[in-house]
Amino acid sequence: MSEFFQQVINGVSLGSIYALIALGYTMIYGVLGFINFAHGDVFMVGAFVGYYLGPLIMPLTGEATIPAGLAVMLAAMIVCSALGVTIEKIAYRPLRSRPKLTILITAIGVSLFLEYGGQLVFGPDPKLFPELIPSAAIIDSSDLVINTNSIIVITTALALMLILRFIVFGTRMGTAIRAVAFNHQTAGLMGINIDRVISLTFVLGSSLAAAAAILYASVYPSINPLMGIFPGLKAFIAAVLGGIGNLTGAAIGGMIIGLTETFVTGYISPAFRDAIAFGILILILLFRPSGILRRHETEKV
Amino acid sequence: MNNRGKLMISLTILGLAILSACGGSQKSDEILIGEYSSLTGTTATFGLSTHRGLLLAVEDVNGSGGILGRPIKLLTEDTQSKPEEAATAVTKLITRDRVVAIIGEVSSSRSLAAAPICQQNRIPMVSPASTNPAVTEKGDFIFRVCYIDPFQGEVMARFAFNSLGLRKVALLKDIRNDYSIGLAQFFEIAFKRLGGEVMATQAYSEGDVDFKAQLTALKAADPQAIILPGYYTEAALIAKQARELNMNMPIIGGDGWDSSKLIEIGGKAMDNTFFSTAYTADDPDTMVQKFVARYRNSFGETPDAMAALGYDAGRILFDAIERCGNTQPECIRDALAKTENFRGVTGTITIGPDRNARKPAVIIAVNDNKMSLREIIQP
Repeated sequence: MSEFFQQVINGVSLGSIYALIALGYTMIYGVLGFINFAHGDVFMVGAFVGYYLGPLIMPLTGEATIPAGLAVMLAAMIVCSALGVTIEKIAYRPLRSRPKLTILITAIGVSLFLEYGGQLVFGPDPKLFPELIPSAAIIDSSDLVINTNSIIVITTALALMLILRFIVFGTRMGTAIRAVAFNHQTAGLMGINIDRVISLTFVLGSSLAAAAAILYASVYPSINPLMGIFPGLKAFIAAVLGGIGNLTGAAIGGMIIGLTETFVTGYISPAFRDAIAFGILILILLFRPSGILRRHETEKV
Repeated sequence: MNNRGKLMISLTILGLAILSACGGSQKSDEILIGEYSSLTGTTATFGLSTHRGLLLAVEDVNGSGGILGRPIKLLTEDTQSKPEEAATAVTKLITRDRVVAIIGEVSSSRSLAAAPICQQNRIPMVSPASTNPAVTEKGDFIFRVCYIDPFQGEVMARFAFNSLGLRKVALLKDIRNDYSIGLAQFFEIAFKRLGGEVMATQAYSEGDVDFKAQLTALKAADPQAIILPGYYTEAALIAKQARELNMNMPIIGGDGWDSSKLIEIGGKAMDNTFFSTAYTADDPDTMVQKFVARYRNSFGETPDAMAALGYDAGRILFDAIERCGNTQPECIRDALAKTENFRGVTGTITIGPDRNARKPAVIIAVNDNKMSLREIIQP
């Protein structure tokens, strides 16, 4: 039984990271109607920002403390927001009136650019991520070990999701985002600055990816320029599973994927881990393409 | 475009073709040796170490006037720690650069990808450190200067059973790596023969970063130790996550752990871990100490086993070319096969009829961020 609980903790902490990345996919899809395949690579850049800034920030905050983690996370969120907005301005905005497929292919291009540009700039070999957040056992019996870092990952992810929820559902800017997601043209006619709303969506999505990257790299401290590919794909599956465009769905989807992967690896075989995740994607697309939670509003055509 | 324009373009292309042809030609007296190694990627320190060891061997030979009065020229290709790149690199070295012999690789998976190409082209290949038995079975042009995994598995099993007194262990192997699968299998055979028990087996894939699910499953079986025949990046991350899960038992690995990065990544988590390898810089032998001093002098760090094996691989190959008297690949192959009692820094090497080296192994213990010699086990 203790093994089961341990696996649940492992799965929830992985799942909450997937959920944070999935939120970015789902928000950008909600507003622009396409999958931003470069999102996983924005996540990678976030980890590298932490890698380079961590050693600079830590002398001020102390090594492996919560302020150190938060400061580095904030820095990564700012850099990635800027990156996200720049990508949107340069690569996606000029194509906004074109067919969605054009933007989709462009997103894949941006993704490859970041991956291989990253290999050129950061070097292709894996790097050791600095210890930003404290890692000590809170509960430490022979059966069950709960570490501060899994608690920090889960609580930070939860807090960020609640903040996002508040921004989207409780502020004027959030109302504008939802209005644009509902219908670009009408929202524009109502006096909403669409470009600004889209930029804001990229700020929110990219900063969540950056936060996820810092958490991910703190738990699994080996980073490289291709590290974003798999977490990105898994989070994409999570977003589709939850119902793309739906915030709560993305969070639930992330948890399901994280837990499933952990259980498959622990109880069956790691050989099936990726296969099961993609199997879920195929099943959901076949039988419930709109995801577990369907979007509330009537589907626009 | 008018005819004049076309003519100009044709001339330019012709000129470029002639220039590039000249660029590719070699000075006629150089002996070209190809090397493919993982200078970047997950096992970058393996490639870098063997490459540096090999550079010292080349320096030795060229410093004393070359072989047969001709200098050695080493052409190096990076495999990025990927088997498919290894195949491309070797093809390029053989067909474009026309090398007479090839040295590489550390990883068995990469050597297995490149060996059939060397065999097909009848170019001798010397692997410095691939321990999976299948590598030299690819053909009579494939050699190695390290021991093989049936021996290494036996060494690890004997050490775990006799020296640490372990009876019940768990295995965690890399299922996408021929080296790891082979070594796990040979360990299990040897450990069971001694009377031990492998209680649980779990697997991961090279490049993974999350091992908590596997470790939690192993923990449930309550083993006395974890046997982890993988590479250093994953080994260090696994040790870290194991310690986080309060699994403080010994962890035992093979020569795939031999890298300074092991401690750099794993830190305190590497306490109470052991691994078998081919050599130790602590060896008081004067030849070893001379090599260690020179290596430190040139590269500013202590040579690991991969560096020592790279050095030996180069020296054995150059010795074979010297004895052969010419640079015909067939002749080099025959001379390599006759290598006997060659004194290398990784021990005395005799190439057997199976083209494998027979030599002792050492067990290194890691504690307090330091590696130290624990035991030498003879073949």
